[in-house]
Amino acid sequence: MIRRLFKGEISLSDINPAWALLALFLLAYPSFASNFFTFQIGAYSLLLGTVALSLMMLAGYGGMVSLAQLTVAGFAGYLVAIFGDNSVGVMGLGWPWWITVIVAILAAASFSALIGAISVRTEGIYTIMITLAIAVAFFYFVRQNYVIFNGFTGFAGVLPPTVFGVDWRDPVPFYYLSLFIAAFFFCAVLYGARSSFGLSLQAIRDNPRRMRALGYNVTLHRIAAYFLSGLIAGTAGVMLAWFNSRVSPGSVGVDVVIDILVIAVVGGLRHPLGPFIGAIGFVLLENFAIDLIDRERFNTVIGLAFLLAVLFSPDGILGLWDRLRTKLRSSRNARPRSGRAQWEDGSPAPASEES
Amino acid sequence: MLGLGKKLLAAAAIASLAGPAMAQDDTIKMGALATLEGAFTVLGEDGMRGVELALEEHGYMAGGKKIQLITGSSDASPDSAVRAARKLVEQDGVQILVGPLSGSEGLAVKDYAKTQPEVTFLNGSSAAQDTTLREPAENFFRFNTDGAQWMAGLGEYVYNEKGYRKVAVLAEDYSFPYTQVFGFLEPFCRLGGEAPLDARFWVPIGNKDYSSVIASLPDDVDAIYVALGGADAINFLTQYEQAGGDLPLIGGSITVDQTVLGSKGRTRDFVIGTPSAGPISDTWDNPAWNEFVAAYKEQFPDGFPSPSLFAHAYYVNTKAALLALEEVNGDLSDGGAAYREALSNLEFDTPTGPVHLDERRNAVADIFLTEVIEGPEGNLVNKTIEVIPQVDQTLGVSYEEFLAYGQVGRENPTCE
Repeated sequence: MIRRLFKGEISLSDINPAWALLALFLLAYPSFASNFFTFQIGAYSLLLGTVALSLMMLAGYGGMVSLAQLTVAGFAGYLVAIFGDNSVGVMGLGWPWWITVIVAILAAASFSALIGAISVRTEGIYTIMITLAIAVAFFYFVRQNYVIFNGFTGFAGVLPPTVFGVDWRDPVPFYYLSLFIAAFFFCAVLYGARSSFGLSLQAIRDNPRRMRALGYNVTLHRIAAYFLSGLIAGTAGVMLAWFNSRVSPGSVGVDVVIDILVIAVVGGLRHPLGPFIGAIGFVLLENFAIDLIDRERFNTVIGLAFLLAVLFSPDGILGLWDRLRTKLRSSRNARPRSGRAQWEDGSPAPASEES
Repeated sequence: MLGLGKKLLAAAAIASLAGPAMAQDDTIKMGALATLEGAFTVLGEDGMRGVELALEEHGYMAGGKKIQLITGSSDASPDSAVRAARKLVEQDGVQILVGPLSGSEGLAVKDYAKTQPEVTFLNGSSAAQDTTLREPAENFFRFNTDGAQWMAGLGEYVYNEKGYRKVAVLAEDYSFPYTQVFGFLEPFCRLGGEAPLDARFWVPIGNKDYSSVIASLPDDVDAIYVALGGADAINFLTQYEQAGGDLPLIGGSITVDQTVLGSKGRTRDFVIGTPSAGPISDTWDNPAWNEFVAAYKEQFPDGFPSPSLFAHAYYVNTKAALLALEEVNGDLSDGGAAYREALSNLEFDTPTGPVHLDERRNAVADIFLTEVIEGPEGNLVNKTIEVIPQVDQTLGVSYEEFLAYGQVGRENPTCE
């Protein structure tokens, strides 16, 4: 579709109305949502979703479940604090923001490629273990290194620049920036999946031995995938550091690393939309579970919700939706024969529905 | 049915999106933020008990207004504390927020407070120095004392009375223990005591294995100053005792508290005679304190045997919030300016003596010097040795002079 877009062969009717509605909703969202919902729910979901997207890309298309994606994001966040400005008085070299950001993202992507180089020769559970080990090692390293990473305290006062007279930390500009980044990488992943690189990556996922026999450099393909996912995670990491205005070992801790896996798995690993759905669910639960139930039990609600999601739909919320849609479609097809239309819950539909 | 449910859901979603519902005129929304998850859960729950105790005392009323309590939870990380504070302020629309619990959280919430000038923030129990000392926020009030104040009198006591001249230091590696170590060492070193830099050991929170620390403890020190909390303290004491250690100990404010003293085993005998200092003393024989303990025990039969310093700090801060509300007759209509004025000038009697604020809105209050003894029933208790009256944040010197000591950290003071 994107290729046709460039050739000018696309018309309005090609656009799925559901996507258009979604885009409209996301663009109009800050106009009716409060600052809290724009910033802490909206922007934060988009950013967590983007980190999870980088995992979805590796796991869904490449078959490599890496737990180090948040570590890559955190690394980029740390670099922004180190090369840019912070209020702690450690490092903070004061480089211009655009150099800082570019260096941080590229370094994060290279770090991701390095993680890839270490782990690509393993499969399945061993990849998870190696990347988990890297994530844990990074956590302890930044916590105990005081010269560069300022140990337990980490960095505070990490703020986005004021560009074009806009303070990008204000909720609405920050939301649109997050939305742009999320949408950009979402489309990039969608497009990339159909490119020859994406197709060969998926082929490698399905049968690496055959691809190797065909003359593909399997290892190099996988490392390249890690690099690309590092670009996504690194960009989101810079944004997350700006969102929190700080980065500390707590931002790259094991529990947060696992959160990203949960987000990606619960949302669904088969389509780039999955991580974002997972992130919205996660952020809503994290913020509002405490209002639903006795405050000493609210973590149980979060746990149960994820357990149910995984139990009833091994391929995530997205898989649930797919199945629901298939069911709806088949029941709609069956409708003429059943004689009378029915609502989903079995009650008879109003007569006008039939015409 | 489904249609109706969907409509309701949509309505609820729109209503919640529309931002904080305006508080009714006769209700004031108060938020309470504590660590109800993560390593400090037990402490956070006790902090919440302190909030409820104060509210219960006032019957959830102040200045003729009903108080609606909304709770928030963090996991002791600054990120989570700010997220929870933001939710309470921007979504639930609280006008007064009490919290957070832990040192680094306090620093982060103070920074957030600067972006919400209409909301009044009162500290929970967080005790890092810079929350109020450097770059304080106009609307952040701390009616509990900080970690350095808590150590008041301890350095002098162990130098003069115990005769210690050289100590090793073992503490967790973050802002609160830095503040405690500073508060202890500053007078100790000024008197001529020594604490060599290579005999200071910093361990991460939740450290399980202290064998390497124990093995590298120097032989020529008179005592070990231990500023560890909860499970960390118990782990160290058990392992040190098993390794045959026999150096006397000096305790930080949460090192020899109820969780440690209540534990079984030989560690008990080992900690007898350990001096410590803090904002409360379990055995202080004073009517106000006894009344506070009795009220705590009655309201929370499943709480600690005696309120912890977290319950105490949250109680004092909530109490201050309520008393100031009485003073302005519950009127926050001017964005809370008059209310904050009332808070700044508030002086009242807490279960641990009188408290008032300095010009940076940090408490000046009494500190208790204690020592572990064996109680009448064979249980261990902290005996009150001395009450140090009205300790201020700058420990008796002027603000400028105190700033010159520098920020708390691993090597401050250097003791040379």
